[in-house]
Amino acid sequence: MPVEINPALVRHIAELARLELDDQLIQRLASDLAEILAYVERLDELDTESVQPMAHALDLTDVFADDVPGPCLERQEALANAPKKDGEFFLVPAVL
Amino acid sequence: MWQERSAIEWLRWLAEGRVSAVELVDAAFQAIERTDSRVRAFLHLRPEQARVEARSIDERRRRGEELGLLAGLPIAVKDVLCVRGEPTTCGSRMLAEFRPPYDATVIERLRAAGAVLVGKTNLDEFAMGSSTENSAFFPTRNPWDLSRVPGGSSGGAAACLAAGQVPLSVGTDTGGSIRQPAAFCGVVGLKPTYGRVSRYGLVAYASSLDQVGPMARTAEDVALLLSVLAGHDPRDSTSAPVAAEAYHQGLDAPLGRLRIGVIREHFESGLSPSIAGAVRQALDVLAQMGAELVEVTMPHSPYAIAAYYLVAPCEASSNLARYDGMHYGLRCDESLPAGDGNEGRQDASRLVRVYRASRSQGFGLEVKRRIMLGTFALSAGYQDRYYVKALRVRRLIRADYERAFERVDVLAGPTTPSTAFRFGEKLADPLAMYLEDLFTVGANLAGVPALSLPCGFDENGLPIGLQLQAPWFREKRLLQLAHQFQQRTDWHKRRPAL
Repeated sequence: MPVEINPALVRHIAELARLELDDQLIQRLASDLAEILAYVERLDELDTESVQPMAHALDLTDVFADDVPGPCLERQEALANAPKKDGEFFLVPAVL
Repeated sequence: MWQERSAIEWLRWLAEGRVSAVELVDAAFQAIERTDSRVRAFLHLRPEQARVEARSIDERRRRGEELGLLAGLPIAVKDVLCVRGEPTTCGSRMLAEFRPPYDATVIERLRAAGAVLVGKTNLDEFAMGSSTENSAFFPTRNPWDLSRVPGGSSGGAAACLAAGQVPLSVGTDTGGSIRQPAAFCGVVGLKPTYGRVSRYGLVAYASSLDQVGPMARTAEDVALLLSVLAGHDPRDSTSAPVAAEAYHQGLDAPLGRLRIGVIREHFESGLSPSIAGAVRQALDVLAQMGAELVEVTMPHSPYAIAAYYLVAPCEASSNLARYDGMHYGLRCDESLPAGDGNEGRQDASRLVRVYRASRSQGFGLEVKRRIMLGTFALSAGYQDRYYVKALRVRRLIRADYERAFERVDVLAGPTTPSTAFRFGEKLADPLAMYLEDLFTVGANLAGVPALSLPCGFDENGLPIGLQLQAPWFREKRLLQLAHQFQQRTDWHKRRPAL
């Protein structure tokens, strides 16, 4: 059974994704997501109960790097792309 | 015509002193000047820096210094790879003003090899798309027919080659983004094995699938460029600790009686008859070259798109959470006007309102769609049903490849189900656009190398691509086969009338 994708669910997802969507886009995405999810339902035809999930194509595990200090960005370089800064810090809206 | 020669031939001319790096870079900018107002392959050009770099290569050559493998050759790079201090927009308004503080590893490698970067090529926003129509700035046009798309997401990277602007180009491929535009534009493109080329400094879309790869007009040039790009990089923990090869050497070596598997499922549904015919003819050529054709079945390939369009958006929704308007990228302090869609926004903290406004104005529609799809498929109550299910099917798809490669050395089939489509044709229907990737996503899910090369033209004169896939880290075998195919065919020598 496909999940029913209604505007309330789309608004909830937008909230989680930190996106602001107008009503028109809510409707549009509700219908797009419904179509895509109806298509991916075909995965249910496959019995995967005994199949391990595969998150990665190569069998690389526990890649360690030596714990040695290397060069890092100068403060001004790190701040160069900040939309708001005061010369020393990133400026962000008050959190509390 | 300067674009008649391959990169390998130009290297010989450079070594013999018959042409200079400055002359080559000038020729590239002349070709761009002549054609790019129509093709629009480039987002940014760097004529001054490129000439300075070319002049320095020429001087070093005059002094008899040892030079890198690409010394003096003009190259284009997809605008999703970080170049220190220069625009790196990813085709997004979000990064319109972004100037990375460092070079991607592949950029470092290109610089060390003496390649001359002429500019950054256009793409679908954050590499999400199959037509380059999702670029926030402008669409790129197919040099073979300006009313059609060049494919995507590496549309600019393929179009600049077909238009004869540069001999070498770097693209990226998450679900077919090198191979599909290569097929649409009649050039050669290789997606290497996952982990073969460093992703350090590649702006992430779907990290378990993304791979940087070489594009050119001949397989030999693609091999040359791969020799520079490939190699282990400690700064990318997913980079494979496997020695790179001199891929451009020994391309003529006899392949013996290579067993080539023809994927039955790729000829079954939705394949255009002209593509089926051209690919069958290409298979005949491979057979004449001494290969043995074997039909193979990849029973889970009809599920690859469904698995891919869950895995990739899930990873994208996580990766793109970094765009918060604080450290870099677009920041908007003003919310959209209040409306039914924005209830709750007054309750949110100002911080959250800035996040939402910045992301909503910075991202385009397709990026939002994939973030929404991925966020949904990872959300409480749905994760097992969608994301984890897709990961289980991903293992079945890899097992199909393992089984096939027990029997055959290479897999062959069409790169795309249709040739280049018209602007707007698939824009309204995201699923129709996703199905463009039907034959290409399997290689990304399984991690194997895959290459597209020209093998004919359809009734409208549009290029057709042959896809060759090999076992993990067998890029050399693909390149030898493609090169030897190109010794017997001339599809790759045809040029669009621009």
